[in-house]
Amino acid sequence: MRMKPVAGILLRQFYLLRGSPVRALPMFAWVAIDIVVWGFITRYLNSMAAGRFDYMPSLLGAVLMWDFFTRIMQGVSTAFLEDVWARNFLNLFATPLTIPEYILGLVITSMGTSAVGLAVMLVLATAVFGLPFFSLGALLVPFLLVLFGFGIALGILASALVLRLGPASEWLVWPLPALLSPFAGVFYPLATLPRWMQAVGHLLPPSYVFEGMRAVLAGRPLSAASLAVGGAIAGLDILLAAWFFTRVFRYAIRTGLLARYSAESSA
Amino acid sequence: MHAPLPDSLDPVVLSAAGLCKSYPGVIALEQVSLAVHRGEVVGLLGPNGAGKTTTINLILGVLSPTAGSVRIGGIDLALDRPRALAQVNFSAVYAPLPGNLTVAQNLRFFGLIYGIPRLGHRVEESLRQFDLERLRNTRCGVLSSGEQTRVALAKALLNRPRLLLLDEPTASLDPAAAQTIRARIRTLAAATGCGILWTSHNMYEVEEVCDRVLFLSQGRILLEGDPRRLPREHGAATLEELFIRLAREPLAQAMESTG
Repeated sequence: MRMKPVAGILLRQFYLLRGSPVRALPMFAWVAIDIVVWGFITRYLNSMAAGRFDYMPSLLGAVLMWDFFTRIMQGVSTAFLEDVWARNFLNLFATPLTIPEYILGLVITSMGTSAVGLAVMLVLATAVFGLPFFSLGALLVPFLLVLFGFGIALGILASALVLRLGPASEWLVWPLPALLSPFAGVFYPLATLPRWMQAVGHLLPPSYVFEGMRAVLAGRPLSAASLAVGGAIAGLDILLAAWFFTRVFRYAIRTGLLARYSAESSA
Repeated sequence: MHAPLPDSLDPVVLSAAGLCKSYPGVIALEQVSLAVHRGEVVGLLGPNGAGKTTTINLILGVLSPTAGSVRIGGIDLALDRPRALAQVNFSAVYAPLPGNLTVAQNLRFFGLIYGIPRLGHRVEESLRQFDLERLRNTRCGVLSSGEQTRVALAKALLNRPRLLLLDEPTASLDPAAAQTIRARIRTLAAATGCGILWTSHNMYEVEEVCDRVLFLSQGRILLEGDPRRLPREHGAATLEELFIRLAREPLAQAMESTG
């Protein structure tokens, strides 16, 4: 893999963010709003619980982690959509750029944009609402890594869907995390769900993160094996998503979809 | 400026053999074979829907053939896509550069994608070559169509391609600008050995620029030859007259030519 084309993809996203505050704003605006809204809800719930239960880590902490996952996923798909909106596929894919180079460029872009979002959320949640986020200690790293991995996989999958179904399918990308959230046990243990939903939940890496987080916050031991399963599924999901994107790309070249994409983008 | 290619390199920069492209119920291209040699400007002519853009898309690797092969600089596109595409570049009105990037940003972006060494120097050279220095910080989306054409050409030459595909490169230029671009492209082909495949509906331009033309109709090559001699050989006064005749009655004309 050559790094110059990857740097090219990154540079383009940097130019776009630098040149347009409208693009930079969503990196932190929505996550900040989420933290403020959920921060006050959590504060209200804590006042109702009158010290019997602290909602702050389990609720606001979960919001923060879920938003991080969503930002990662949207970071990949938004970087991809920039090429859809600019009708740039013909220019881009008539070059020596390979699919792994392109995907790596999207992933690194997403790492940068979601890191900004994560920093904003952490500052707000800890400084304003006193979230003891760092009480999770070193466990934060594997938790965030699993969410990162699954966010990347979902972002690549969403991009492949837009490539396959056409520019008008862009709306499919945005609600994907919301569709998964009931199954992932973000705010409640998986045991709360009916059996079939639990089965789906076990296929989603975030469920292992949120179950683990709740265990740690409740003072129970964390199952490292369980978290490792979540990480393994996330890794497998990345491979599957990259394979699916490559397959869709080949289909788009075979059927003429890629060549026609510019025309459809402007329709 | 461009460095001439060593003489030892393969004289054929593009070789397409038996290209076919079909969709359910439609044959877009049928057994098209063509070659472009070093320093040669080949015109690809034909009425709308003849298969010119399909041919260009196949050569650019954004469309795969149902049958046949494309070799660029001796490298099979299907077997080694990155190495083959590193030797080619293109400019087409239907593929504008991202309008939300400035001229210089677009050149840097595509320069990195092509892995161009000493990119900063090369970008400056390209800006000078196409009189784009004062537009370097202007977003491509707000440029006039003529200026956009110049930027697209600057991008198309950025990687010093051995094969350049130009799809109606002067369509949106005023006559003076078109004249300048034609002269530059001719000079480029002669000086660097870059082979050029040029589509145009302007027959005057084709006669001026192209060493050879291929006439495509209904997905097949009907005629091939020197654009200055072809009209006489086929009983037409001008290339334009021949073009119109072939476009109206392609199959009958083809039979007459071969018979």
